[in-house]
Parts: sequence; structure tokens; C-alpha cells
Amino acid sequence: MAYDHFVIQRDINFEVRRGEIFIVMGGSGCGKSTLLRHLIGLKSPAGGRVFFDDKDLWALPARERDTMLLKMGILYQSGALWSSMTLAENIALPLTAHTRLKPAEIGDLVALKLSLVGLAGFGDYYPEEISGGMQKRAALARALALDPEILFFDEPSAGLDPISARRLDELILHLSESLG
Amino acid sequence: MSAPSLEIVQESPTGITLRLAGDWRSGGATPGVEQVVNWLETAPLCRRIGFDCRHLTRWDSLFLTFLTRLIRHCADRGITIHDASLPEGVRGLLALASAVPERQDAMRELQSGGLLLTWGRHTLRFIRDFAGLAEFTGETCLAFGRLLLGRARMRAGDLFALIQECGPNALPIISLIALLVGMILAFVGAVQLKLFGAQIYIADLVGLGMAREMGAMMTAILMAGRTGAAFAAELGSMTVNGEIDALRTTGFSPMEFLVLPRILALFLTIPFLCLYADVVGIFGGALVASGLFDISFSEYLVQIQNRLRPIDFEVGIFKCAVFGILVAVAGCMRGLQCQRNATAVGLATTSAVVTGIVFIVISDAVMTLIITALNVFKR
Repeated sequence: MAYDHFVIQRDINFEVRRGEIFIVMGGSGCGKSTLLRHLIGLKSPAGGRVFFDDKDLWALPARERDTMLLKMGILYQSGALWSSMTLAENIALPLTAHTRLKPAEIGDLVALKLSLVGLAGFGDYYPEEISGGMQKRAALARALALDPEILFFDEPSAGLDPISARRLDELILHLSESLG
Repeated sequence: MSAPSLEIVQESPTGITLRLAGDWRSGGATPGVEQVVNWLETAPLCRRIGFDCRHLTRWDSLFLTFLTRLIRHCADRGITIHDASLPEGVRGLLALASAVPERQDAMRELQSGGLLLTWGRHTLRFIRDFAGLAEFTGETCLAFGRLLLGRARMRAGDLFALIQECGPNALPIISLIALLVGMILAFVGAVQLKLFGAQIYIADLVGLGMAREMGAMMTAILMAGRTGAAFAAELGSMTVNGEIDALRTTGFSPMEFLVLPRILALFLTIPFLCLYADVVGIFGGALVASGLFDISFSEYLVQIQNRLRPIDFEVGIFKCAVFGILVAVAGCMRGLQCQRNATAVGLATTSAVVTGIVFIVISDAVMTLIITALNVFKR
């Protein structure tokens, strides 16, 4: 992994199996978020390969890679909810764009995802109107929208109080047990 | 991939089993919950529903929405759901989904939109806007008061950077627009003046037009689009990122720290930009007069010298200084009023430009009336 000639990390080899929770830990600036960007198709590695379902992510044509990326759900460090949309719209957008579901079905799915993260009834709220912990959970609901096969979390508890962080960790464990 | 199927099996007069089989993922034609609901309508004695999922091969969230709708319906009718036969993952997710009950008090009420109600809302918004303007103006005056008393906290470095941005950095666009406006004024006027053989008065037309009105107006409108919009975008982004809150909580007044230097910078630089625009516009008129209407540069300059007096420039510069304050106020006000989302920054920027131009036009009308009433241009 490198930015131009500046090498962040080299010789990273690991494998994540289905149903497994895999954690990457390290000091600030060691390249955790950069590694994530390589895994989720935002940055190509300076050398080496990223395999997903035995396919080399960065060797695939762009269109196939885009299709493969739909199998991944990502919770960004800041949540990165679209601030001009309500929580329901945030979750519905990927469903509208990438499935042929009817609006009523999308509405049911949005309600389900919100209830999974304990935010039932908050669909009409804008991100700015809810707390940081709720934003993280709403972002998780959006990450779950397309029933991804793998979920990536970039420092999920960053910026949260210990209680909210613990709840989010438990939620991730529950989801892993149920969806795994 | 086997097709999804649903079979309702009546085990007893009070109980049924739903046999769910096949691939229940979205994309296939999965059976709707209505099929079960309709069946239950014909069996009022039914009090228990069980599941047989031995032949269920795949499922996803759509299967869960089927079950949640069924569970909700059964809860309303007092029917018990026996979910022991559902896949373990499904039971886990259903438990998770029902762990936190829906917050009914969080639901938003739909607002109906009658004509009267719409007018009412617009009126209230207008009043709030006006109150916001009055409040902002008041706070600005107080901040200026503190500045005069030497109590305002702002950084000199910020002020100099803003002066650089508002003044010298704006010269290229001011040059281009002022030159073109001067040329257009000269050309449009000269076509008519030539009918009377009075082309020499092009100098009067361009000189008076630029010095008294057009130089100030064009400079102010350019600064509204350029600098006013930049102020709104900058302060709007700071609002979205919580930087304004951070300033407040660390004891800095955004009015002193952010608004004052911007208003001062534009107020101090815009008179010079206006004077520069006047000169460039007059030069543009000279280009047209000498190039197309056989008037030499020296004739043009002599005519300008005879016709224009310092008061003509002074009035234009005074107007432009007022416009400068108003443009800066509009930009800063809209930036600080920005909501906390990305769209709002765009709206704040647009609103800053529109508000700035409206302020310019209204204040120009008022000042022109006053100047006329005072007979300032009397020879």
C-alpha cells in the first residue's frame, strides 16, 4: 500500500472466512483506513492482490468490480450519511438503484433495517437531527440495505461514548451470529 | 434455484402450519403475506401459526419483511406465532428487530398543504427572515462598537488575507467587465448621438454613466457573485462542520472573529475597485470612440476633463462602499444561517448572491432618490 512513492505498509497477507469477525488493530496513521480503501475498491494497491470469492478484485473489469462491490456493506468512520436525505431515503437509495423491488417492498425493507439497528420510527429524521450514536446505527442500517455478504467497519465506535460503543459492538455481534 | 412456495396446512381447527420452501430471496416471485391474511379471514377460529422450513433453501431480508408483516397482523388478531421451526438466523434477526419497540412519538405528522396554510407558512418564513436580518444587523453594529472600543477579538492576519482576496485578486474580472461595460455604453450611445453629429458627447455619456452609476453597480454585483458567495460558502461549511460551535464554546464571537473582518475587508477595498472600474470603463469608451467614431484620445480626454467633476466619482464611490457593506452582510448572514447539511451550503450561497443583489438594487434606488433630492450634482 502506498501513496505515490510513500509506502504505508507492505507484505500484508490475511484471509477472512465467511461468518468470521476479523479485526485490524494498529496505531494512528499505520494504514488501517488505507487498507480498508484497498479492500472496498476505492484505491488500487501499489502491489499485490485482493481476492473476494476467489476473484481478484482489482483484475476485474470496472463493471464487474462495481457489481462485486454491491456485495459489500461499508460503515464509514464518520457514518457518511447523506445529510440532505432522511434516514429512510439514505437506506432506500441503494435499494432503488440496484434492485427491482416495488416502492412498498422497499418501504418494508427500510423499516426492517431501521428496526434491526433500534431506530424504528426515525425514518423521517435527517442525520443532523439525531445523535452521533444513532447516526452510526443508521449508517449501519444503510450498509445492510443490500444484504451484503461482507460488512466493513472503519473504527465503528470512534467518537461514541462507551455505552453507545458497547451497544454498537453488541449489535455487530448479533448481526454476525444471525447473518453469518 | 427452486422457486419460492408457500403452502398453508390446517393441522387442527385452531392451528395452521405454513410450509415455506425454495429460494425466498428478492428477485424471485416470492408469495405475499396477503395469501395468509386472506386465508385467516376464512378461519376465524385459528389461534396458532407454526412453520415448516425444511425445504427452505435460501432467504434474505425480503423473507424477513414477509414474517414481520405476518407477525404484526397476527398480534392484532391475537394469533400466536410459533417460530421455533424458523431458521436460527431468521429468529435472531427477528429478535433483534423487535428488541427496541418502534418510537411512536418519533413519527412525523404529515402536513397537509392548503393554499391558506401555504401562504401562512410563507408569511411566517418572511417574518423570520426579516427578524433574522434585524438580529444580524444589530449584532454586527454591536461588534463594530466593540471594534471601535478596541475590545473586538479578530486576527489581523485574517483581515489582511481577506483584503488581498477581496481587492487585488478581484482586479482581473473587474477589468474585463468594466472595460466591456464602458465599450457597450459608448457604442449604444454613439449610434444615437451620431444621428445628430454629436459623437463627442460619447465621453460625457460614458464618463458620467461609469462614475455616477455603472462603475459602482457593476463592481458591487460582481463582488456579490464572487466574494459574497465565497463568504456564504465558507461560513456555511464551517457551520456544517461544527467549527462555528467550536468558536462559540471557546469564547470567540463568530460576529467578531469571522464577520467583522469580512465586512471590513470588503468595505475597505471596494471603493478602490470602484474607482478602478470607472477608469477602465472610461478607457473602454475611448477605445470605441477612437476606433469607430473618429474621435481622438486627446479630444475624448479633454471632454471628460471638462465634463466630469470630483463629486461624480465621489457619489459613485460612496454608493459602492455602501454596496460593499451590504454584500458582505448578505454573504456572512446567509453563511451563518446555513443548516447542517451539504445541500444547505449550496442554498446559502445562492441566497447570499440573490440577497446581495436585492440589497444593492434597493439601496441604490434609495440613495439615488436622496442624492437627487439634495441636488448634489448642481453646477
